[in-house]
Order: sequence, then structure tokens, then C-alpha cells
Amino acid sequence: MYNFNYHRAGSVEEAVQLLSGASEGTLMGGGMTLIPVLKQRLANPSDVVDIGGISALSGVSEDGGKVVVGATTTHAAVASDATVQAKIPALAVLAESIGDAQVRNRGTIGGSIANNDPAADYPAALVGLGATIRTNTREIAADDFFTGLFETALGDNEIITAVAFPVPDKAGYAKFPNPASRYAVVGVMASQGPAGTRVAVTGAGPCVFRAADMEAALSSNFSAEALSGISVSADDLNSDIHASAEYRAHLVGVMARRAVAAAG
Amino acid sequence: MPTVSMTVNGQPAAGEVEGRTLLVEFLREHLRLTGTHVGCDTSQCGACVVHVNGKSVKSCTMLAAQADGAEVTTIEGLATNGELHPMQAAFKEHHGLQCGFCTPGMVMSAVDLLNTNANPSEREIREWLEGNICRCTGYNNIVKAIQAAAGQTGG
Repeated sequence: MYNFNYHRAGSVEEAVQLLSGASEGTLMGGGMTLIPVLKQRLANPSDVVDIGGISALSGVSEDGGKVVVGATTTHAAVASDATVQAKIPALAVLAESIGDAQVRNRGTIGGSIANNDPAADYPAALVGLGATIRTNTREIAADDFFTGLFETALGDNEIITAVAFPVPDKAGYAKFPNPASRYAVVGVMASQGPAGTRVAVTGAGPCVFRAADMEAALSSNFSAEALSGISVSADDLNSDIHASAEYRAHLVGVMARRAVAAAG
Repeated sequence: MPTVSMTVNGQPAAGEVEGRTLLVEFLREHLRLTGTHVGCDTSQCGACVVHVNGKSVKSCTMLAAQADGAEVTTIEGLATNGELHPMQAAFKEHHGLQCGFCTPGMVMSAVDLLNTNANPSEREIREWLEGNICRCTGYNNIVKAIQAAAGQTGG
């Protein structure tokens, strides 16, 4: 690992100051992706600004009928939160499926979505539930946030502060995990509620995407049977040592049906 | 260089570290607490698991500076007055180890499991151990040891 200046920010304002004062600064939430990236010398920041300790950014609350998850809330905290379990159990299930227990104790929702790994779980949750990303400067709809492979709509020195989830009438998540890493080979969040009928797919392509044909079928009949016969094209899907594009396309159908069935 | 101070196994500990110094390096090389092992160094194997503020974490994937001000417990901190912690005693009794390399991390993970779930099912134990790899593949006795430490018969 190349060396860097480490800073622990006490507030979002201080983090912005530290970032803008650095020649090449980077934010750190729990560090579950950043530290491995630094170890491999895939990044060489001059300064690492740790926002994991900003208590105002951590925790779950309810706000105007939405479940609001602070940016530095860990996956373990989301999975075990009583409000999340009562209002959006599929979100608790998703958080519990990330990595392993020790990763869930450190990794944060803000860090995960800012990184936008194509095989991460949270992008499917945000798009599949129609969430809104709150930053220090604005609100961004999840549909507009994830813009490509490891790319997001975040600007320079923009910091995620929370994610607001509308409470769905029904929601389910199903994932085919890589048996070694627990990343999603394919993961699907399906929901129906105030954000409409949504089917969001992670792991299959370079970035989370919505399956429009499936959403159309489910909007009038939210059942696994409604998805029979609907296939997803393997064009533009990922192909690697873990799974071919054709296999991923097949898994999208299977995981979508399981997600809808889990939604009950 | 920044100075970090934390409480390790109930004792104050401090030292100068680089920004990039990992918690496991601070524990092993600065404090000479070598019970915490480095296996894969890629946050997969779990040999380096310690507790930070009561939660199990992989100390190879945490900066020493991130633990500044924290309460850290390592495998050396489990026994009290020469008496093995009940989880250590259960691993010994049920032969929950072969070569022993993964054992410190296994024990620290298992203690955290019972702190959060006092009576886990066998499935819950096995799922919790996803982040701890035993290359001797001695999982059956590890699971038995954890069941015994949880006070379950048949362990």
C-alpha cells in the first residue's frame, strides 16, 4: 500500500474542507472496498478522509413515511434494525446477504453505493425500491444515480449523507451469490408500491438496470407466474470465469421469479 | 507520523503509525500480540479477526488509525486469570482445530456470534463462519465446539 495522509472527519463540512484541500483526496466509509484497492496499489490517493465516525450520518429513522438510512450505517446495523425489518424486510434480507459477518460490521451503505460495484447488492435495493440518495448538496433519484461501471452521478466533493426508501407494499430480493466472495452473480429486487412496480437487476450487467418487460407484466399481476416466458437478452451482460452472459440472462429470470415469490 | 491510542485487552496502548498501517500490523508488530494471524491479507480468510468496540472485524482490512480511541480485544484478551474463555475451552474439548492457524479468528468470530445470537442453529453457525476459512477443513468439530459453548447438548 502506498502511504497517504489519514484524516478522521468530525462532520460533513469538515470532510468537504479536507477533500477540497487535498491534491487527490478520497472518502472512506468502512473501507471494505477501499482498503483492498489500496493494498493492490490500484489507487494512490494523497489523502484519505474517513467519514465512518460521523455519528450524525449513522442510523435508521422514519421521515415522512420513508425509511431513511444514514450513509455510514453498516450492513449489520441495517440487517438488524427493527424499523427496516418491520417496514422493508427485503432490505434487511439484502443487507444480511452481503459479504460475511465481519464485512457487514464495517461496510456502509454510502460506501457501497458510491463505489457502485457492478456485483454489489445495494444498487439493486435502491433502484428496485425507488430510493432517493441525499447528499450534502441535493437529492438524486436512484434511477439517475448509478450511471455506469463504478460510475455515479456524484460530483467532486459531494458526500452522500443518507438514502431514503419509500415503504413498498410488497418487495423481495433474491440473489445467486458467488460461493467464494458472496458478491451477486445475479441479484434481483422486485417491488410494488408508491414507487411503482420495479424489477432491478445487479451483477448481470456493467451497472444495475431495470427489467422493463418484467415490470410491465408484474404491474397488473404481481406474481411469479406473470414472469413465465419473459426472458432477458444476453447482449451487453457480463461474461467472466464465474458465469457466461447467457447463464446470467437465465439467472435473471430465475432470481426475478424467486424475488417476486419472496415478496409474498 | 500520526499517533494512535486505544485500549487493547483492557490495557492502554499507543504508538506512532503511518496512515497506511493496518490494525493487524499495529497489534502484531508494535504491541507484539502475535496471536492474531495474517492469512490471506485480502479480508477473506478471517485468521485476523479481532473485536473492535465489541464487534468482530477483520484487522487486516482496517487501518490502525480507524481504531484510534477504540476498545480492541484480541485472542490474548479472552482468558481471565489463567482460565480459558468458555469458547477456547470448548475448542480444546471438542478438538475444534487441526493445525491451529485459523483458530484465533475462529474463536473471536464465534464469541461475537454468541454475543449477538446466544442460541444459534447449526445453519446459523455455519453461515456466520462464512468469513473464516479452515484449510484443514475441520469445520465439523469447530461447529460442535461452538454448539457446546452455547450450552447445546449434542455439541
